[in-house]
Parts: sequence; C-alpha cells; structure tokens
Amino acid sequence: MTDISRFINIGERTNVAGSIKFKKLIVEEDYDAALEVARQQVENGAQIIDINMDDAMLDAETAMVKFINLIAAEPDIARVPIMVDSSKWNVIEAGLKCLQGKGIVNSISLKEGEEPFIAQAKMLRRYGAAVVVMAFDEKGQADTVDRKFEICKRSYEVLVEKVGFPPEDIIFDPNIFAVATGIEEHDNYAVDFIEACKLIKKHLPYAKISGGVSNVSFSFRGNNPVREAMHSVFLYHAIQAGLDMGIVNAGQLVVYAEIPEELRERVEDVILNRRSDATDRLLEIAEKYKGTGGPEKKVDLEWRKKPVKERLAHALINGIAEYVEEDTEAARLEADKPLHVIEGPLMDGMNIVGDLFGAGKMFLPQVVKSARVMKKAVAYLIPFIEEEKDGKHETNGRILLATVKGDVHDIGKNIVGVVLQCNNFEVIDLGVMVPTQKIIETAKAENVDMIGLSGLITPSLEEMTYVAAEMEREGLDIPLLIGGATTSKVHTAVKIAPNYLKSSVVYVIDASRAVGVASNLLSATNGERFASEIREEYIAMAEKHAAQQLQKKRFSIVDARANKVQLDWDSFEAPVPNKPGLTVFEEFDLEELVSRFDWKPFFETWELHGRFPDILKDEKVGETARSLYEDAQEMLKKIVAEKWFKPKAVVGLWPANSIGDDIEVTPAPDQNEPIMLRTLRQQMYRENNKRPNRALADYIAPKDSGKTDYIGGFVVTAGPQVEEIASKLEAEHDDYNAILVKALGDRFAEAFAERMHEKVRKELWGYAADETLGNQDLIAENYRGIRPAPGYPACPEHTEKRTLWTLLNAEKNVGVSLTESCAMTPSSSVSGFYFANPDAKYFGLGKIERDQVESYAERKGMTLTEAERWLASNLNYDPRQAK
Amino acid sequence: MMNDRKERIALLRKRAEEKILILDGAMGTMIQKHTLSEEDYRGARFADWKQDVKGNNDLLSLTQPDIIKDIHLQYIAAGADLNGTNTFSATTIAQADYGMEDLAYEINFESAKIARAACDEWEAAHPGDVRFVNGAIGPTNRTASISPDVNNPGFRAITFDQLKEAYKEAAKGLLDGGADTLLVETIFDTLNAKAALFAIDEVVEERGEDVPVMISGTITDASGRTLSGQTTEAFYNSVRHTKPFSIGLNCALGAAQLRPYVQELSRIAECRVSVYPNAGLPNEFGEYDQTDAEMAELVKEWADSGMINLLGGCCGTTPPHIKAISNAVADAKPRAVPSFEPRMRLSGLEPFDAA
Repeated sequence: MTDISRFINIGERTNVAGSIKFKKLIVEEDYDAALEVARQQVENGAQIIDINMDDAMLDAETAMVKFINLIAAEPDIARVPIMVDSSKWNVIEAGLKCLQGKGIVNSISLKEGEEPFIAQAKMLRRYGAAVVVMAFDEKGQADTVDRKFEICKRSYEVLVEKVGFPPEDIIFDPNIFAVATGIEEHDNYAVDFIEACKLIKKHLPYAKISGGVSNVSFSFRGNNPVREAMHSVFLYHAIQAGLDMGIVNAGQLVVYAEIPEELRERVEDVILNRRSDATDRLLEIAEKYKGTGGPEKKVDLEWRKKPVKERLAHALINGIAEYVEEDTEAARLEADKPLHVIEGPLMDGMNIVGDLFGAGKMFLPQVVKSARVMKKAVAYLIPFIEEEKDGKHETNGRILLATVKGDVHDIGKNIVGVVLQCNNFEVIDLGVMVPTQKIIETAKAENVDMIGLSGLITPSLEEMTYVAAEMEREGLDIPLLIGGATTSKVHTAVKIAPNYLKSSVVYVIDASRAVGVASNLLSATNGERFASEIREEYIAMAEKHAAQQLQKKRFSIVDARANKVQLDWDSFEAPVPNKPGLTVFEEFDLEELVSRFDWKPFFETWELHGRFPDILKDEKVGETARSLYEDAQEMLKKIVAEKWFKPKAVVGLWPANSIGDDIEVTPAPDQNEPIMLRTLRQQMYRENNKRPNRALADYIAPKDSGKTDYIGGFVVTAGPQVEEIASKLEAEHDDYNAILVKALGDRFAEAFAERMHEKVRKELWGYAADETLGNQDLIAENYRGIRPAPGYPACPEHTEKRTLWTLLNAEKNVGVSLTESCAMTPSSSVSGFYFANPDAKYFGLGKIERDQVESYAERKGMTLTEAERWLASNLNYDPRQAK
Repeated sequence: MMNDRKERIALLRKRAEEKILILDGAMGTMIQKHTLSEEDYRGARFADWKQDVKGNNDLLSLTQPDIIKDIHLQYIAAGADLNGTNTFSATTIAQADYGMEDLAYEINFESAKIARAACDEWEAAHPGDVRFVNGAIGPTNRTASISPDVNNPGFRAITFDQLKEAYKEAAKGLLDGGADTLLVETIFDTLNAKAALFAIDEVVEERGEDVPVMISGTITDASGRTLSGQTTEAFYNSVRHTKPFSIGLNCALGAAQLRPYVQELSRIAECRVSVYPNAGLPNEFGEYDQTDAEMAELVKEWADSGMINLLGGCCGTTPPHIKAISNAVADAKPRAVPSFEPRMRLSGLEPFDAA
C-alpha cells in the first residue's frame, strides 16, 4: 500500500458531534475523563487532535476555552497541534486565543460569500493558524468533482491573492459523503472526492487536503468491521490521489492488506463505484463480518501489572491520575498507617520526579501534573488519617508561603505547597508579588509556625533579605525557609540569615526537601538541635565566604580611615574607673570559677562537637561525652578540694586617647611618657560605605575631642601548676589525664578571664555596676564592652602583647612570660584589652593592603619585612612580589 | 541627520545584509549601578505617589531621563546599532503593580523619545553613523497559557484580549515616540507573544508603515523549552506567520548554554536570527560574572559558523560587553537567510511539520 506514514491522523474522539461518550463527559463536566479521551487519542497515534463542542446542550465557547486550557496543562496531550473545530466563528476565535502553538481552524468557507470569508481569513492569518476550507459556496455544498474543484480553486485564489494567506497553510476539505446509501446519486461520492484530490494537488500548489473519513461509511453504522474496512480502502485510494490528512479514529484503522479478500473486493467496488450492484453485494456479506472486528488496539497497560509501589511511582512520574485512588487504596491496605503511604511510596515517587526535573529530563508542566496526582492520592488518604485521629485533624504545623514582591514565579512554590499539604502541614499561600508587610501581618494574624519565601528572578534575592530584616524588626521568632531558582545556600547564609537572628533561616533546595526541613524545625525533640546545626553551618559558610571575599576588593588605607566608626564624642562622657592603675589577684576561689565554665570548647578539644549539655544525650557521641564529663567532674573535685591550681590575675585601667589608628595610654598620672598601642584597620571594600572599616582605636575617644577616655588590660592564668601536673602524668604515661588536666586548666583560665571581666565591669571600672547576667549570657557575651586579645581576629598582630606586658608588668605580677613568638607560658593563660564603649564590637580585621602594613611597620618601629611576617595571614598581597 | 523613518528602515535592512547587527546590552544592570533610592525613582512628579515605586525601572524614563539617555549613549558608543527602549515592563498589566497603568502609553512614548534623542545626538556628532531605536515590548508578569493555581489548571490570570489591548497601547506609544523597530522579547509564554504580535499587526496596519518586528524567546532551563513548555522549533512555528525581521533567543541562559538552540533556530528560521544572551549564568548571589572577552569569544564562534544575524546582550551585560562583541564580529558575515519549499509547520509544545 502507499506510504500511509505520510498521512496525518487527526484524532476525532474529542468531538461532541462525533462521540456520544465525549459529549456526555462534557455535558456532565467530567473534564478529567474528557482529558483521558484526548490523551488516548494521542497515545494511539493522533498527530493533531480535533476538538469540537458544537452541541445544543452546550455553551460551545465556554466548553472550548475550558477544554483547551486544561489540555495546555497536560504536556503529553499539548505536545501535538490542536484543530479548533466549530461552525461558529466566536467559538473558533475563543479557541485560538488559548493556543500558544500553531493550530488549525476547522473550518471556513465561501458559504456566506467572499466578504466574511476574507475577513475571517485575515483574522486567522493574524492569529497564526492554518485553516480548513470547506468546498462550500453561496450555492451550497459541492458534491461533484467539478463543483468541488471549482470552489476550492476560487477559495485558493481569494486567500492567496486577496488576503495574502500562505498557501501551505490552506487545507481543503472537498466533502466526504456517505456511499452505499441505496440512493444512486450517492454512489459516485467517493470517486468524486478522490478525483477532486487529484485536481487540487495538480493546480493549487502547497495546499493540503483533509476530510472526515468516517462519513463515507455512515450507512453501515453499527457494523464496525465493515466501516473500518471501508475507511481503510477509501484512505488507500484517496491518499494516493493526494489526501494529506483525515479525521479518523486512529485507534481503529485496520490495515488495508489485512482486510479479508472477499470483504476488501466488495468494499472496493462500493468506494470506487465499480458496479451498480456494489452496495447490495456488500450488504450480502456485511452481517458475516459484524462482530469479528479488527485487532483491537489498546493502551499499554503493562505497568498496571507491577507492584503497587512501582505503580504509584509510574503514575506520579507520568502524571496519570486515572488509577491513583485505586493504587493508593491498595498501598493503604499494605501499610501500617495511612500516613506511611504518603511518607513512603508517594514521596519516593515525588523524589524521582524531582531528580528527573533537576536533570532536565522532565519539564515544568509535567512536574506540575505529578504534583496534582500526588494531591489526589493524598486527598484520598486524608479521611483515613483523620479517622485514625478520632476525627480530629491535627496538622504538623501551619506554614505561610509567598513569592516575594516583584516576582511572579510561583510554580515551584506551589509544588512546595502541595507537597507540604500532602504531609499534613496546613499551608497558607499568599500567592505572588506579596509585599513584606502582608507576609508579616498574615504570619502574626494566623499565628503560623513558619514562613517560606520563594522567588525566581535575581531582584527577589534582595527582596528576601529585606523580608528577613523586617521579620527581625517586627520581632517574629519563627523559622524562615528560602527557596526558588536563583536562591542558594551561600546566598541564604551570607545575605539573608545575618538579617534574621531571632530564629532559623534555612535554604530548601527543592520541594522534596521541604517536608524534611519543616518537620525537623518543628520537632519538639530535635528542633533546637537541627536549628543550631544549620545556624553553625551557615555561620561557617558565611565566614568562609567573607574570607574569600577578603581576597578581593580593598579600600586604600586612606579611604578605610575616612570610613572609620563614627561615634558621637561631643556628648561622650567616659566612665571613670573606680580603681585606676593596677590590681593584682594573688589567688581566686576555684569553685566559683568551675561554676562559670563554658563546656563546649572543652568537648571540642576532644573533637566532640555539639552544644552542651545536649551533647551528653547525643545519639552518636553521647556515651563518649558522658564518660569524659564524669572523669572531668571527678578530677575537678580533686582540683578544688586539694587546691591543685593557684590562679592569678593582673588588671590595669588607664587614661587613654586615640590618635589616628593608635591609642595613647598614660600608665600612671605621674608618668610623662605615654605608651602607644598600635591597632589595625579593616580595608575590605564597603559598598557606599554602608558599614564602617573598623579599628579598635575607633572605640577610644580621640585626643582632639578633648575628652579623657580609658582603656584596660589584663592577664589571667590558671597557674604554672597545670603544666607541672600534666608533665608528671605524662611521665607516668597517663596521657589521658595529662590532656584532661590541661583541658581543665584552659577552662579555669577562660572562666577566670570571664569572671575578671565581670569584676571590671561591675567593680574595678564599675561602668555596669547593676549588670545581672546568667552564665549563658556571659558565654554569649551579652554585656557592654569587649576584651579583644592580641592574636585574635580584631588585633591579630601578636607583638602588641609585649606592650601589654610592659603596661601590666605581667611577668612579675602573675608569673606569665612571653616566648619569642609571643606565646604565653604557662599556656593556661588569657590576656587582652578592655574597651568599655557601648558601641565597641568584636570584628575581624580581614586582609589588609601593603599601604597599611607600611604605615604599621613605621609606627611600630619594625622593618616592612618584619611587619609582613607578623601579619602574614592577613596580607592581601604576596610580599614576595615587588610593588 | 536622517529624519525620514522610511529611509532609516531601508538603511537598516541594507546594513543587515552587510554585517551582523549589534543590539545593546542590559538596561537593568546599568540602572542598578546607580543604586537609586525610592526618592530617585519618584522624582518630583511622583513624590506623593500612593505606593512604593522603587524597582519600576521603566518609570525612570519619566523621572530620570538623563540617566536613561546616558545609558543609551554608552551603548551607542560601544557600537549598538539597535538600541532597546527602557520599556521592558511598560505595559498597563506590568505597571499595574505600581498603580501606574495609566502611565503606560506615556512611558513608552517618552522612552522611545529618549532613545531617539540619544541616537540623534550621536549622529549629529558622527555624521552618517545612523543608529536605530528598538521599541522593546516585554512579556508582562502574567502567563496566558499557564495557570497560576496548581489546583485549577484550567484557570488563567490573564486573557489574550487583555494582553492584546495592553500591547497595543505599548506599540502605539513606542511608534509615536519614534521607535524604528519593535522587539517582542523575553517570551516565556508564546501565547503572550502571539497576543503582542497580533496587536502589533493591527497597529502597523492602522499606521500603514513598514515596521520591522523582532521576536525573541526565552529558553528557561536545561529542558530546552520555554517556560510554557515549547521547544525552540515549536516556538518558531507558532510565530513565523508574522514574517518577522528576526527571530531569536535572549535571557535566562548564557551564550554557552544557548548554543544548541541558536543552532536549531539557525537551521529552521526563514528570517534573520538574533541572540542576546545573559553574561553567563548568575552566581549564587544573582550576579553575572562572565567578562566581555569571554562572552565575545563565545558569540564570535556563532558568527564564524554563519549562524547569526544580530547579536547583543541581556542580563549582566554592559557597554564593554557590547563593545567586545561588536569588535569581535565586525568583519564576520551575517548568516544567509535560507528559503525553504513552503510546508505547513504546525506546533503544540513540539513542532509538527506536514511535509
């Protein structure tokens, strides 16, 4: 037979005029099932689907729009072009307004004359559609070959010449009429059609030909095998004559060669009008073939035989809603609890969807369909879940979702919403372009447990940062989830999280992770730990990022100094120390210090990471941590009872003023020679000088302000006994206790430094006499003033310790000396400066440029090389390279 | 100075035969560099406007025309033949977010005038070096063939007719203000574009002028499809009936990622092919890192392969990018526009050729 592969099948089942079943579905508004009809058409090989809603029972325009819009959300149907089929112009136009693809209109004709024909054709050209032109004119429908060709030729000339319609977008339908009707005038209808095809192909270049094939067999209604044989034979000949496409039931086309010889011959006689008794001869044998049918074509339902979990995955991946309730029920019967169906097979399926989408193997509309199948499955399960809870439907939490202001993208957010709802979260979706104020107001009014922000475009990143800052300002303390295509973990950690400290900010990479994150955050048992782990991870990430950034853009030291911390010195009055000069503590109550231990660094010494005391109950390391803690407690008892250590401290408080980046300290009122402390200034690039470039000197009143300010210094030590005992234990090969005693010695020194600082704030300096803070607040440094130590981020240059030692006469007063590289011995010691200014903050110096190092070396009286050696890890340049 | 529109368009068509035409780069990226405040956006005229307008870049054509003109001049100096008006969101639909829908026509009109003035200023200083005003028509922030409600897939937040009316007003404003060409750009839903092209066809018919129309779609991700799900060829089939001056791609991806789709368009398009990619993919902070040299090298290869007729830049590109591209392809031959045997080219989400 001829090359039927070139013949274009137009699906006919989504036509209310041709399918009683489809009409019923549309009238009853069962659009899900109606979509199934369309889907089967495409699966069965329809390359275009014809949609017709012309029926007295229907508002054809509304039904057309609704059905086409629904198809747009079904990628496996929408992949093919659509034929908008109606005899009413308004319906055609309404349909075209919903088509993003290039479709075909079926049909227009010269029936009402040239004027409306031209007007319609012009509109169709503008909409961008091909068109079926019926062989119909003012006189009526063409039946003979001459009339058919004459009308087609006239239509072609009007379209191409008067409208400028592209000839390749014209499809003629020269009318297929029923044959074998018993009326003699009808006998040649098929032949007339076939002959007209030949003429059109010969004389009207690029035009195509189509026809409603099933019309030809209308007289054999009820006898499908004969009808199919007639279609097949008719097509065989018409295609050879030039028929390009036809409205056929693609699922029911018997292969020409497989029609039984006897039937084929008699059908051929009818179609080709080869003998006058052809109809009677076909009728003679027609009954014989009724009910035999051709081989039935079926949808591939192999997957239905698989286990239920795989069936659910298949349905989710392929977006097939048809069997999902049945399969969900089967899965429910297998599961212990209905919720397990959601958490198990359904989420597994959605995870595959997420992976395929990520890999570019699925695209958005398909994913949205999968989410809908998911939703349907969950809707089915909800009553069972509720029943289990004695009718009470308790949700896992209430989550507000919004796409931020300025952004309209919400598909990802919607998927997250669906997936969360599927997992028994209550979702309040504020939609797209949601202003910050609305998010916050709704969150408060609805008392939500969490907020999820989404955005796809770059400016949304900035908007999210703003929302976070506003949440902080408005005093919200619920977790904030961040998601969407341009968002990232780094951005969340660096830009968003620092703006919202009252609760967690968590980046959610895709919808499948949303449930895990939300459940963890709201978990009564795990929530806090999960949140603190995330926070620590993000802080580390932000620091790492900052470090990388530091490699980059710098201010010159001149510009950095110009952008110093601006404090109001005019109204400043420095608190005068109650006890200026040096104060030495020869001993200190060990037990009091133990109560001030910060245990977290103790466990970190042993590479056990986690918050104290949670770490003692940790699943993985809890046991180790507990045993270590017990040993430590036991040793502590001895240390305290037997007074193993003799802690000492020296504190000094002196008048001081800043001069540029230096601090001039007057050690004693009678001493004329001031001592200079040299501080270093941040040089990182600050956009629009939004944040200052800090130096410690900024926190001391400048000399030219005329105000007297003060600075303090200290060295505390747990005493040389720590190392003596450790050495003794080492000699006894008791390394464990040697490390333990050193670790505890460090805790004593740290606790002592903290205790001293408190004493300074409340008594010796006395600027915060009324301060009442618990140990946690002290560890969290929630007090006024700072005590930065040389060698740490704000003042990383160690040799400043030598100046501090001079000021404190530390070696003599507490027995702590400095090594060549400025390390303290004994090592269980802590030193630093005291700054009392309420605006004083800890900061990191970051990387600095050669211009500052040169200035610093000069001020310190060092060579440049020496200064570069001490500042090696803070250099933003390679000192080996010449300037 | 070439004041006759007809002459300019004839010149543009001629120039397109001779060289690869250069489109300008990102307007938004350049505006961002000014870090304008809410007050700057408002200007004196909208000082008391009822809602925030910061971020409404198109409004700057009314409140900060000097900034916009300066950006145009920078791109002109960098070598842009076609200079896109500052009207990406200047439809009544997109402006409604700021309560400024009534200003849509005016913004289009004034934006075209500003670009016109910049081109004229250049030409006055460089006699004979004619530059063109490209009236930009963005996608709006609504989709005509995607439901914003996942549970109601048949729902539409905007109709074809609403879009058509909005686009019509934009096109009128642009042409009245002096645009030489129109550019329907960043198309993520082809139905929106079809409404725009429908509107333009009506406007152009009313005016009886020759207005070259450029069409530029957006492939959003690795699936190689528009947001509304069409493949490159399906997209082309959907709009080729408008007989555009050019068809092309912009935004969402960088030159490296766009290459296969550019090649595809080059193979199938019966008109000129245009591409203006982003400066690579955004980094984790939404910033574009691709340098002018890197980008120029990538697009030069397209030019050398004879795939391209117009080149420019989208998000993250700056005058140096345009200059680098312009220099890189200055001597390259534009793609020869093929003519194929006519055939019916239909599409759903995928193309369907009835050979």
